[in-house]
Amino acid sequence: MSDKSFSIIGTYKTKNTVERTAEIIFIACAMFAVIAVFSITIYMIISGTPAIFQVGLKDILFGTVWKPTAENPSYGILYVILTSIVGTILSILIGVPIGLMTAVFLAETAPKRLAGIVKPAVELLAGIPSVVYGLLGILLLSPVIYKLELFVFKGSSTHQYTGGSNLISAVLVLSIMILPTVINISETALKAVPVQYKHASLALGATHIQTIFKVIIPAAKSGIVTAIVLGVGRAIGEAMAITLVAGNGANIPLPFNSVRFLTTAVVSEMSYAEGTHKNVLFTIGLVLFAFIMLINIVLNKVMKGGKKDADS
Amino acid sequence: MPIVKSIYDKRPRPLDAILYCIIYFCASISIITLAGIVTYVTMRGISSVNWNFLTTVRSAIKGTFGIAGNIVNTVYIIIITLIIVVPFGVGAAIYLSEYAKPGKLVSLIEFTTETLAGIPSIIFGLFGFVFFGTTLKLGFSILTGSLTLVIMVLPLITRNTQEALKTVPSSYRSGALGIGATKWYMIRTILLPSAMPGIITGIILSVGRIVGESAALFFTAGSGYLLPKLGNYGEGLFEKVLQPGGTLTIQLFLSMEKAEYDNAFGIAFVLLVIVFGINMLTKFLSKKFNVNK
Repeated sequence: MSDKSFSIIGTYKTKNTVERTAEIIFIACAMFAVIAVFSITIYMIISGTPAIFQVGLKDILFGTVWKPTAENPSYGILYVILTSIVGTILSILIGVPIGLMTAVFLAETAPKRLAGIVKPAVELLAGIPSVVYGLLGILLLSPVIYKLELFVFKGSSTHQYTGGSNLISAVLVLSIMILPTVINISETALKAVPVQYKHASLALGATHIQTIFKVIIPAAKSGIVTAIVLGVGRAIGEAMAITLVAGNGANIPLPFNSVRFLTTAVVSEMSYAEGTHKNVLFTIGLVLFAFIMLINIVLNKVMKGGKKDADS
Repeated sequence: MPIVKSIYDKRPRPLDAILYCIIYFCASISIITLAGIVTYVTMRGISSVNWNFLTTVRSAIKGTFGIAGNIVNTVYIIIITLIIVVPFGVGAAIYLSEYAKPGKLVSLIEFTTETLAGIPSIIFGLFGFVFFGTTLKLGFSILTGSLTLVIMVLPLITRNTQEALKTVPSSYRSGALGIGATKWYMIRTILLPSAMPGIITGIILSVGRIVGESAALFFTAGSGYLLPKLGNYGEGLFEKVLQPGGTLTIQLFLSMEKAEYDNAFGIAFVLLVIVFGINMLTKFLSKKFNVNK
């Protein structure tokens, strides 16, 4: 610490060198994120495009047959893309309303003591590895869904039984997995609404419920949208938790079909894929990456919009 | 004659009652589900966790199962990742909040940091597999996994440090500069110590993320489960860095795939305890942090 060159009474020259070096080092650190994002983008594109030339863009994106290891292989990932989209939308449709209402409960209507117990529990669950959700899904959820499946398709002879590993199970696991994220962020947004809004609304004679739905939730809109977008990001990007519960057949995303998501396709085949097959898996990664970048740009816009709202 | 009604009489509002029901219904669904998860994991996991489970490795000959190797791997990956990421993350935060002037460069850096935070771990996994594993020829190793995780947890460190630097009063800065300290001296002796709790919070959150990570490590760090060999002078400890090693979460996934559910729940319970500990630590630190303010 008593190093002379770092002393505040150093000469002008040493001070200047140290200052310049420090600034350059800090700029270099800050550029690290930029370099990382650029190199990830470039590498995803480099490793994702060869397959497009080998197989043809149309055959990959709009082909419906996924038989990478057959003698005459075909690499259509249309159903895989659709599964990711449908699965994400469904899990958002289930997870977000429940999460938002729970956030309203915690922020507004819950007794203080109960909220004090539930809130840390939700935070705890946000940190649990997603694989744990998958483990519970396969042990607890799949058998129930299988019974439902047996019941629904009692007389059918054409249905391929999935043993409970299907779109419904995957969607339910995803919606439970995004719950903590949605609850945490929307609760913070609801709590950040200025208390005057609430008081003004109550003073005008609105009931508590009217205040919640007509004043507080609209005022917390940008935070809630952030929660939804982050939920979408988490749901579309989740891989390990749903690998086993989704069943892993590249089928049309119908509730009782065994399905394959963009992420699970990569996870389950990467370890043994070779040649064109491997390249196609990277193309799948590229498609996923494109989706995520889109979501990020939307999120960035929303956050900036929210900031402007708060300033005005 | 109209019926006289007091303004104090409340008009019944069926919609309100319905909405209340919906709120309570949704809240109870999530609370019961989430509480159920914790209880179930604890109940099933606690019976498989014992001393042997924690201190031995899987042995095909004896037919026993243990997670000591995975615990060591997890510790390795946490330490290597943090050693690399903390200087970079803190440096970036210092640049953004102390040096940078608003402009294109800053918004680019902030946008990319946000983007990094939003990229799913499987993309990091693929990138690490191609870049560190294949291009840099590190293969499946703890080092590959750690380097991949460095990119993944960088935003956590940067953001938390930035938040902490924001809370340091500007009078500290002008005071230090006013008595003749240079900028670097001021950062080193005034800002960094004041921002320390925030930096530590970022580190702890990163540890949480690393412990829970699976997809990014699956293709980079691999799935070795053996304890490092010591070698004659302990050089085995360093060689381990270039060998594959699966963390607890990876082992959980592998056990799950093989339908060894008792082992899987044992690991899940250990992870639950770790996450709980991490949460407690962050809470404790942020409380301490608030008092300082």
